[in-house]
Amino acid sequence: MMTSLTIEVGKVLLVLIGVLNLAAVLTWMERKQSAVMQDRIGANRASILGFRAFGLFQVLADSIKMFAKEDFVPPMGNRFLHTLAPFVSAFFALIGFAAIPFGNVIHLFGKDISLQVIDLNVGILYVFATMSLGIYGVVLAGWSSNNNYAFLGGMRGSSQMFSYEITIGTTILGVLMIFESLSLQTIVQAQGELLWGFIPKWGVVVQPIGCLLFLVAGIAETKRVPFDLPEGESEIIGYFVEYSSMKFGLFMLTDFVETILIASLVTTLFFGGWQIPYLMRDGFHFPGGFTVSLSGTSVSLLQVLSYCVKVFFFCWFLLLVRWTLPRFRYDQLMRLGWKMVFPISILNLLATSLLVLLLR
Amino acid sequence: MELAIFLILSMIGIASALNILIQRHPIYSALSLILTFLSLAGIYIQMQAEFIAVMQVVIYTGAIMVLFVFVIMLLNVKAEERVPNKLIGMRYVGIPLSLLLVTALGLNIFQSFSGQTLRVSDVSTSGLTGNTQSIGKLLYTQYTLPFEVTSILLLVGIVGAIIMAKKEL
Amino acid sequence: MIPISYYLLLSAILFSIGVFGTMIKRNMVTIFMCIELMLNAVNLSFVAFARYHSLIDGQVFVFFVMAVAAAEAAVGLGIIVALFRNRQTLNVDEADLMKW
Repeated sequence: MMTSLTIEVGKVLLVLIGVLNLAAVLTWMERKQSAVMQDRIGANRASILGFRAFGLFQVLADSIKMFAKEDFVPPMGNRFLHTLAPFVSAFFALIGFAAIPFGNVIHLFGKDISLQVIDLNVGILYVFATMSLGIYGVVLAGWSSNNNYAFLGGMRGSSQMFSYEITIGTTILGVLMIFESLSLQTIVQAQGELLWGFIPKWGVVVQPIGCLLFLVAGIAETKRVPFDLPEGESEIIGYFVEYSSMKFGLFMLTDFVETILIASLVTTLFFGGWQIPYLMRDGFHFPGGFTVSLSGTSVSLLQVLSYCVKVFFFCWFLLLVRWTLPRFRYDQLMRLGWKMVFPISILNLLATSLLVLLLR
Repeated sequence: MELAIFLILSMIGIASALNILIQRHPIYSALSLILTFLSLAGIYIQMQAEFIAVMQVVIYTGAIMVLFVFVIMLLNVKAEERVPNKLIGMRYVGIPLSLLLVTALGLNIFQSFSGQTLRVSDVSTSGLTGNTQSIGKLLYTQYTLPFEVTSILLLVGIVGAIIMAKKEL
Repeated sequence: MIPISYYLLLSAILFSIGVFGTMIKRNMVTIFMCIELMLNAVNLSFVAFARYHSLIDGQVFVFFVMAVAAAEAAVGLGIIVALFRNRQTLNVDEADLMKW
């Protein structure tokens, strides 16, 4: 009883600390990457005793600045909701990670530990639900500030998230049809199979269009460039214009946590989660009959490593997209969402269901 | 343990449902209604109706209540001012009447189901595992017609909403 | 082991709160929310009975109720917006043109 409780708490802490730290590193990565892409040096001034570590201390300096700043609530605004909004945002962004598996069942200390905080049999719907609840943070922040720009940002943000959530739902349906499960762990396990003996049955192989649409809708869901209309730095500062200090910090954190969430969802649904091609429980089995045997624990650790690398890659990819593409106009964004991405996802769904029906 | 969780969840549900009535500003009513929905979702999870629980969160809190909050904010609804209520007697008739409703329903419930427990904890005896799958099977076999009619209803809902909300067509 | 009557009682209480709310509230949006609360109370008893009889049909009904509630919310809020645009008020007592 006690050990299992310890294991559960340990898993929760592992995921939470991992995500929060990755989010903090991403703030630094974003600056550094934009600097590299724009031929600048970037954030590198923060140092401890002359030791700079490529500007990594900037993260620390930033958070100290955030905590030390004055916390300002607009006098005509709604104090309670103004305080509630950033917490709602951050909370619903973070609890989504509970259902995402970061490794197979690992055998440690004489126990089988499933490397997933909780294996819900409706896991993917649960993540979807937490994503849809994230809207409240945006709406409440925009409204409670009693500022027209913030309100406009909140309205833009929520209608954008609303519109693209539907696309996310439809693309997820295609994946569900093929892997025939709602549990994310089962979906990932099913992606370990091989098609015709040599192609891994990853989601991106069986659902290429769905993967692309999911990425587009996912970026729109995180409200980052090219879909950063709710923020729109050059026109309306966005739904958090009236926020300062750590409350603003929470919104920024939520931004990066959502990026990580989208990256890990793309990894889990379309890129095999923790799977490595040809890696079975006892080692590599390459198609040519060549095998490399490995111990069970090292296989599990390799799988966790592969999951982390994939998530990191997609975080990097999303940052790359952010600094490459120009911004849409709002009507273009809505047209893209409702008249292009959504119908294509419906067509994709129809084609998938037809194929699944014919091939079974 | 189970009972404790149920009692806590139902307390939250009832308290926030009462809060809907107490609050004068609709936005607070909407937020407390969201809390009620979430606590109901928790109760559904306890009854091992995970699919319904998640749908409760996605549809009610994630879609319907967002619409409510949206409308409240867009119309910039102010708190209810204490206007002379045309149906002033309603409050004084309403409280005894709803208390009567609760007692009548409660008495009826306790007479019909006293001592009957919900078989919540034994999963194996019931055919309710793989909840989503069995709901899906029923939807596409026994309840095909209602399911199709629902889609027509939703279509009517979409058309109706657009016609109602649009200034001029 | 929770007696089914607890669930039904909770459902009855929530339903009565909804009924009471529709009676005393004058704000159209709040009344609408109370109606949603009543629908939810009914959903709870559906799920409880589904569990009690070990049949899944109750949950299917909840699914239908949710679909109806979604359609209802869309149309109802559309009506509220249209009414507000014409009369600048959400008080139900003001919307009495159809009275004799």
